[in-house]
Amino acid sequence: MADRQRAVTGAVIELDDLTKHYPGSQLPAVDGVNMEIAAGETVILVGPSGCGKSTTLRMINRLIEPSSGRIRIDGEDVTDIDPVRLRRRIGYAIQSSGLFPHMTVAENIAQVPRMVGWSKARIRDRVEEMLDLVGLDPREFHSRYPRQLSGGQQQRVGVARALAADPPVLLMDEPFGAVDPITRDHLQDELIRLQHELHKTIVFVTHDFDEAIKLGDRIAVLREQSHIAQFDTPEAILTNPSDDFVSGFVGAGAALKRLNLTRVRDVTIEDVPTVTMDDPLQEIFDKLRERGGNELLLLDRRRRPYKWLRRGDLMRAKGSLARAGTLVSHHVTRDATLRDALEAVLTDSAGRVPVTGRRGEYVGVVDMETLLNSVHELLEADRMAALEHRHDLEEARAHQTQERLETGFAGGERP
Amino acid sequence: MDFWSFVSDRRQQLLMDTYQHASAVFQCMVVASVVGVGIGVLTYRNDRAGRLAIATTVTIMTVPSYALLGLLIPVLGLGVPPTVTALVLYALLPIVRNAIVGLRGVDPTLVDAAKGIGMSRAAQILRVELPLAWPSILTGIRVATQMLMGIAAVAAFASGPGLGNDIFTGISSLGSANALNQVLAGTLGIVVLALLFDFALVLIGRLTTSRGIRG
Repeated sequence: MADRQRAVTGAVIELDDLTKHYPGSQLPAVDGVNMEIAAGETVILVGPSGCGKSTTLRMINRLIEPSSGRIRIDGEDVTDIDPVRLRRRIGYAIQSSGLFPHMTVAENIAQVPRMVGWSKARIRDRVEEMLDLVGLDPREFHSRYPRQLSGGQQQRVGVARALAADPPVLLMDEPFGAVDPITRDHLQDELIRLQHELHKTIVFVTHDFDEAIKLGDRIAVLREQSHIAQFDTPEAILTNPSDDFVSGFVGAGAALKRLNLTRVRDVTIEDVPTVTMDDPLQEIFDKLRERGGNELLLLDRRRRPYKWLRRGDLMRAKGSLARAGTLVSHHVTRDATLRDALEAVLTDSAGRVPVTGRRGEYVGVVDMETLLNSVHELLEADRMAALEHRHDLEEARAHQTQERLETGFAGGERP
Repeated sequence: MDFWSFVSDRRQQLLMDTYQHASAVFQCMVVASVVGVGIGVLTYRNDRAGRLAIATTVTIMTVPSYALLGLLIPVLGLGVPPTVTALVLYALLPIVRNAIVGLRGVDPTLVDAAKGIGMSRAAQILRVELPLAWPSILTGIRVATQMLMGIAAVAAFASGPGLGNDIFTGISSLGSANALNQVLAGTLGIVVLALLFDFALVLIGRLTTSRGIRG
């Protein structure tokens, strides 16, 4: 959180009772959405098809004009300003990229900077920078046409075009919906990396809840007419879905999905006795005996986990360190998700995995027991937080109802 | 006198007629293209307006060229004005129809993207929709050019310029010495011109269609 505040370039978005009513239909397509999105936050709108999530998104840059309600960006009411100028301040990326097929990659990216009147030299530099940013070699891709790119590459260019004029807000309408699962996974990772650098305010529409968990700081689960069923962090939604609709949408395996959200650095890491290759054999024997435990972790000269040593190993190897013990087959970094750690622990024959630091050096060990305890603690904490949150909400709601009742009575006395 | 000596005898006159024929068709095509694409742009978004534009141009097409000229002469007099008017009107149908079809064929998500990244309506048309509809529009222009080549010959009836004069004179003096040669010279001239124009338009198409959408 602290480093997030360092370089936020995003803007606050406030949706105030935003409604879209199409003429000729009885119910509004979007019914009174209230939402406040913090600067630099990634908010995912997720819900079944036809729930109005896209309509809600498209009202933010007024591709669809709201029937009523207000939109504020960074405090400025943009509901009535010139929509063309508004859209130049908001990045827009859509499914199947929407690249103009008759323009080269560079021309596509240059569109918005050109419209807002950047100089040619500045645009040229910016195009290169953007291609670099989305991981495409400028020399190779600069003058290609969209049809000469793969689906994933097109999508990257689409994101580069959306970000070219450095807008504070980025709207993404199922941008990864049309690519294969592996490419989608890559693109999601890229987006996380990008957002880590850029800190834009991103509003992202998807119907894929796993995508929402992966990308969102907060997720708004929408039901029909864009009614917000729950608007909360992925953790809270997973552990404490507000109702059956949300839990149905979360789907099975919520606890497993929760593991994706926590990193190894956030859980208790155990310490095991370690020795290094340079320690004298006698010391190693002593350590094994005095700890009473039956295992030592042997580190190499750069303090990286090398071998597991058991009591019998040294005897059998006749005192030679080179032949003794079992090589460390798995290790996880502190940035790995708990899911990765669980995977490693399950595959390890003795059910424990060394945790390593940035340069591969030994930090500690996680095993089944610590993982289990950590997950229980996490889930419990999530539950408490969600309960507290719900309590606050109920209190606020009760307060509102009270107010409404009072004003209602005041109105009733008039005749 | 055989055909080729007839042609070399009347070279000067025939070249003049050919030049005037080409010039008339070219200028009328320029006007018709601008007007036709304009009508297309104004009407393609509205179902009814688009149908009205196509129906109107179809109706013009069904009037025999001979009759249209006859109707225009009392209003515009003889010579160039009725010729140009008739030619432009006839060229409209293929151009308007193909412009509307082409513009309606542009992938709506691209228009949405253009709008979404902040293009004004004019920029959407000029930078996205027209370039993408261009191959279709150009086909319309080619068809119209071929048609005008033939119709321009009829303009001789209204004392218009061009190779039609040779054909008309030849027909009216059939039986005399060079009548047939004259008809043949006019007709061949038109065929050759039509081929040249078509070739030029194909070349223009190659040069003006983006590599990104060339089939």
